[in-house]
Amino acid sequence: MSSSADIYREIILDYYRNPRNFGRLEKFDIHSRDTNPLCGDEIEMQVKVGEGQKIEEIKFTGKGCAISQASASMLTELAKGKELKWVKELSKEDVFKMLGNPDLGPSRVKCALLGMKVLKTGVYGYLGTQYEDSDGNNENI
Amino acid sequence: MLKTEAIDVESIRKDFPILRRKIHGKRLVYLDNAATTQKPQSVIDALVRFYSDYNSNVHRSVHTLGEEATVAYEGAREKVARFVGGTAKGLVFVRGTTEATNLVRFAWGDKNVKRGDVIVSTLMEHHSNIVPWQLLARSKGATLKFVGLQADGTLDMGSFEDLLKASPRLVAVTHCSNVLGTINDVATICLKARKAGAVTLVDGAQSVPHLPVDLREVGADFYAFSGHKMLGPTGIGALLAKKSMLEEMEPFQGGGEMIREVFPDHATWNDVPYKFEAGTVSIADAIGLGAAVDYLSSIGMDKVRKHEILLLQYALDALSKVKGFHPYGPEDLRERGGVISFNLADVHPHDLATILDEEGVAIRSGHHCAQLLMRWLDVAATSRASFQVYNSFDDVDALKAGLEKAGRIFKL
Repeated sequence: MSSSADIYREIILDYYRNPRNFGRLEKFDIHSRDTNPLCGDEIEMQVKVGEGQKIEEIKFTGKGCAISQASASMLTELAKGKELKWVKELSKEDVFKMLGNPDLGPSRVKCALLGMKVLKTGVYGYLGTQYEDSDGNNENI
Repeated sequence: MLKTEAIDVESIRKDFPILRRKIHGKRLVYLDNAATTQKPQSVIDALVRFYSDYNSNVHRSVHTLGEEATVAYEGAREKVARFVGGTAKGLVFVRGTTEATNLVRFAWGDKNVKRGDVIVSTLMEHHSNIVPWQLLARSKGATLKFVGLQADGTLDMGSFEDLLKASPRLVAVTHCSNVLGTINDVATICLKARKAGAVTLVDGAQSVPHLPVDLREVGADFYAFSGHKMLGPTGIGALLAKKSMLEEMEPFQGGGEMIREVFPDHATWNDVPYKFEAGTVSIADAIGLGAAVDYLSSIGMDKVRKHEILLLQYALDALSKVKGFHPYGPEDLRERGGVISFNLADVHPHDLATILDEEGVAIRSGHHCAQLLMRWLDVAATSRASFQVYNSFDDVDALKAGLEKAGRIFKL
């Protein structure tokens, strides 16, 4: 059973109210945006790719619930300085761990993973491949 | 406190088996009635009885089961029509309000809307009363325009009158907003629209379950509502129109039941309303809707309405004491259905719904299929609590306690 005190820990609320890396980049190589039609959560990310295919700068903007916004913000902090390869290897378990493994129901999991989906979609596109979302967010039959 | 002056909630609650459920170990407090309502045992029994005693197709089967199913199905049509002051011949069973507006789009709109025509809707509509008209306007080269709102969440009748000067072909308006609860003066709107030469469609999805509705007073050309929002099953609803209006329209879907004779190159149509009921209809669900109408009638819609006003009054008083509570919609409860949309400081509605769910309290969070209204309110989403006959002051108290808990977690 999920406990909201467990989901909405101090750190999540802090990232919700004071999101790190919130804003836009003037120069960027990757731009990606997605929404969660269920909730209307919205995340947009910009990435500047530096030497060695590393994430030199990353910013995001968005609207939505505490989980979607905090998750996206924490992810930008984690991603900064990493190689693009790291983004490809990123798993949803990594994101849950980053959030402190809250017990989220199926409808809220999508909020937590929206930032990762946006980042992966952008990076995969930059690398010339397509990101296949395994969580049923794509139009797979 | 389980009694309002209007109805005996305690005895009504016993009729709804789902209300015995525990959610996370707490009593279920169901406040998502504008999305769908719970079903009384009598409606569930009507469905079970159909499938266990007389399941059969209607109209064409001559055997005993077929006769019984037809009598029950047509009896439901009579009942549902009478419930809103309509006639059985003018009632088309549809899947719900959305199918009704889409039926009008194709069966009436294709023939009657031309390039350059104007269609009028309002900023408070559900997407089901906007998107079909967008699609119609796009396919015909017509224009869709919207009546604006006043600060208190009521329609801006001045902007409506201005739009009438363009002689619109269709005016599509909701009887009661699913977000603000605003009850529109649809009788006046329909009268003015008709004088301007427009056909009128009224979305009754949020009015028929909560208010006494008499279509003879409303005076709309089309009136639509959904069964599942009025204690009935999903997959069934009604479109009412004058028989003559239905007769002039083209069919919606082609297939069995809707035809009279079929030839290789053409077909002729069945009488109304059957012309619009292609294929095997949701027979059990129509009969279930009849049972829901019986249930609501046995309470009396005047009392249902009075009960909801008392709940609204109590809830708005109680919740306004919660720090950060900000409601939307008209303050005059005579102009408002049993719906409270609100926000709690900077707590996103989805976070709030998660916290309330833990307390057994079910509310709706999101854009409520009314994105034009969300933009007008300048919010991404709202939380919404909406009432039905089984809700009590206790339910409001549980909601209030849940909001206070959310306030503590979010340190408001």
